[in-house]
Parts: sequence; structure tokens; C-alpha cells
Amino acid sequence: MPSADLSTMALRELNATLHRLPRDTNETHWIVVNPGGKHAIACGLDLPITVEIDGHVGYYCGGMNSEATIVVRGNAGVGVGENMMSGEIRIEGDASQAAGATAHGGLLVIEGNASARCGISMKGIDIVVKGSIGPMSAFMAQAGNLVVLGNAGEALGDSIYEARIFVRGSVASLGADCIEKPMTAEDSAALQTVLSKAGVDDLSACDFKLYGSARKLYHFHVDNVDAY
Amino acid sequence: MCGIAGIFLKKPALEPELGSMLAKMLAVLSDRGPDSAGFAVYGNGHDGRIKITLRLLDETDPVDRLEKEFGGLDAVRRSNHVILSVPEQHFSCLNAAIVRLGTGVEFVGSGSRMELYKEVGLPSAVADRFDLAGMSGTHAIGHTRMATESAVTTKGAHPFSTGLDQCLVHNGSLSNHNAVRRELKREGLTFATENDSEVAAGYLTWRMGEGATLKEALAHSLSDLDGFYTFVVGTESGFAVLRDPIACKPAVMAETDDFVAFGSEYRALAELPGIAQARVFEPEPAVVYAWERH
Repeated sequence: MPSADLSTMALRELNATLHRLPRDTNETHWIVVNPGGKHAIACGLDLPITVEIDGHVGYYCGGMNSEATIVVRGNAGVGVGENMMSGEIRIEGDASQAAGATAHGGLLVIEGNASARCGISMKGIDIVVKGSIGPMSAFMAQAGNLVVLGNAGEALGDSIYEARIFVRGSVASLGADCIEKPMTAEDSAALQTVLSKAGVDDLSACDFKLYGSARKLYHFHVDNVDAY
Repeated sequence: MCGIAGIFLKKPALEPELGSMLAKMLAVLSDRGPDSAGFAVYGNGHDGRIKITLRLLDETDPVDRLEKEFGGLDAVRRSNHVILSVPEQHFSCLNAAIVRLGTGVEFVGSGSRMELYKEVGLPSAVADRFDLAGMSGTHAIGHTRMATESAVTTKGAHPFSTGLDQCLVHNGSLSNHNAVRRELKREGLTFATENDSEVAAGYLTWRMGEGATLKEALAHSLSDLDGFYTFVVGTESGFAVLRDPIACKPAVMAETDDFVAFGSEYRALAELPGIAQARVFEPEPAVVYAWERH
């Protein structure tokens, strides 16, 4: 199993090495030790390998990820999985702000808590946070599912488009145009699928409430004409 | 951008290491603020004496003149900074004498235990210049600056000290600092710069002067200071952290049985002793975190 020690290897060398791997590589499971909170670890991967990182990572870990599986045995800094396209990122500790920001696809699982702006502008990713999320999460979220097993902070889903937010615990407050919605069979099936992909087997869709867009903000409304 | 760092020791064993711990943190935070750096260290003090940190702007060394006038001064020179230890009763007239000295000398800070150093240049060079790694103490805060609101000058470098043993470092920018400065001037405070962060320091000094604890003063600042901020604040016995209500600027903390440490990024904490066993967490927005020595 190939490994990289970031206390001796330059970060750029690790990322370049991972980027150079051919699609049919046999080096499919990498171990990275001593990440030391460095930024942009395992960014821009575009093949189905697994990268296990033993320690805390800095900003934008796994950014733009396609197909790869990235496991962080520690906490993640700002913007983990930012703009991810596919694949899976699993953070065993907590994630900082803007986890999964603008991400189009794939699965981001945070075993601990995520801080402010989790899933900001998400565009299709599934995010599962086993702890709680901070304020202003799912701000302007467009598509995908944000599933929270704990509680949500202030202004959840402010200016949300068509992403779904499932929260099991309390919501401190809802942002503009975000409302609680009845859960349809389709919503519940989608939630169940995401939960099982994330390995959460002991909960069902009934344990959650669904929040989404009231669709009053992003459609033109004649009552608002004075504002233009 | 800017980088900030702070360490508060809970046990004396690490006190000789305090300076070297902070020096490593500031070197890492160069990436967030390469234009100037500064730090305050709470080290030894002597009963009945106050330490004044001065920065010498030219070759004229004022210590001999002050010594002739006051006598009994203890002076320690570190590069272009001088730490004068003066009997408490001489403190205010000595301050007046320093002002009379004119342009060659700048007052940086004062306190029973606090020493404060700041200079333009790469943070690691600034730390080396003052031999930060050789300093010991109970707590310390530091800053690496990327100037946005005022010029790259030593006066604009953090920490800002506006009261005895009080200092503040700030990442962010305040939007109502002019209005708050005017009000604080009316309350009798004076400011050395046009910098927004100095206003935050002055605000806390004013609140604590009115009887608030450090924790209470910071809680008040949530309603009176507008803008983006992560503050790390030191007093003679206290250490506190506050982020604005939308947590605009980054912050990571680590706590062990031996210390509490703050860094703008985890990278700054990565080399601290025992970090692998530390509880690493992100301070919540609009929550005051404060520690006191007993």
C-alpha cells in the first residue's frame, strides 16, 4: 500500500503523484500521514482510488473530487469537498465552515459536527452530518440533500432553491424563504437512500423533518415590484 | 487576511517554552500575514514596578536621560525595543517624560507583566529579532498582519495595547470604528493610530475601567462593535477569544490539561506539544471564551 509522509514530502508532490496515476493503476489505496493541517490535500482527484489521511487537514481537502474515496481520520478545515463532483469524502472528526460548498455530486459524510455555512450553494451533493451544523447552512442551496442527525444553527436554508434539508434535531431558526415541508414518498425514499449510503442503519426517514424552499423568493412576485 | 495566535498555559511546566511555542505558530501564520508581526508576552513582574515597552525610532537612546531624571530604572534592550522597569509611583510622570522626549521614541505598551513587541517584516524575522523563542511566561498573544485598513507601518501592527497589561489582536475589519473612537475619546481615552483594531482594544479598556470583567467587556462588544472580527485578548491574568456573530474570520482552538491555544488555522497549532491528544474545536460565533489564572 503506497504511503506519503507530509512531514517530509512536499504537498504539491503528493497531489501531482496522485494526479499522474493512470486509470488502471494498481496503487488504489493510499495512506497519508502527518497532514499537519496543510491545505488542499488530495484535491482534484479524478479516478476511483482511496486516500486515507491520518490526522487533521486544512482548507479545501478533497476539493473538486471525482470518483475518489477520501477518509480523514481527524478534523477538516474550511471548504472540505468544495465543488466535489462525485466519489465520497468521510471526515471522522469535525468539519469547519463551508463543508461541501458548491458541490455537484458524490457523498460527504461528517461523523462529528460541521460549523457555519455547511452545504452553501450545494448543487447536487449529498451531505450527511452525524452531529450538528452551524449557522447559515445550505445558504442558496440549489440541489442535493443535506441530512443532519443533530441540530441546525440559525438561518437554515436562507434563500434556498431546490435542495432538500433533513434535520433530526432542533432548528435554531429558518432563513428567508425556507420552510418546513411535508415529506412525500419520494423525499422519504431519497433520504433513506442517502442514510444507507452513509452507513446510518438505525434511523428511518420518520425521525427527520424536511425543510425546503417556499419558492416565493426566486420567482418574480408582483407585490415586490417596488423593490426593483 | 491576517493570522492570529495565542497560548494560555494552565501549568507552570511549559512556561520556559512559551516563547518558542508562539514563535513557531507565528512562522506558520506568515502565509496569512507577511507584512508585519507583533506579540505580547506575560512574563515575570516585580511587586510595585511597572514595565514600559518603548520602541526607539532612531539612534538616540533615551534611557540615560530618563535614568538621570528618575533614577532606579531597569532597562532591557531587545533590538530596537527597550523594556523599562519603573517603580509604580513614577509611572505616570515617566510617561509624561517619554512624551516630552518627542519623535525618537514610541510608547508600545505597559503593564506589571506584559512586554509587547511589534515590527514590520516577515513574522519569523520579527520573532528572531526580539528573540521571542527565548522568552518565558504564562500566556502570550501574537499577530501576523496583511494590512487592509491602514498602512504597513509598525504602528499599525498588532497587538494593540490601550491599558495596563491589556492587549488585543484582531483579524477582520470594523465598520463603525470612527464613531466608537469619537465616543471613547469623549470618555477620555487616547489613540495612537487611525486603526480600527486599536478602537476595539480601547473599547475593552473602557469597559473594564467601568468595572466589567474581560468576559463581560467582550460580551458588550457584540452589540457595540460592528464588522468582521476574531479577537484574542490578553490581560494580566486573563485570556479570551471572541468571533463575530457570523464567524467571518477563521478560528481553531486546542485545549489540553497543560494549555489552551488559539490559531487562525489548525496548521498553526500542529506543532504544539501534546496536540495529538488535545481537544481541537472551532469557537462558536458570538460566544465569549475566557480563561483566568488563579
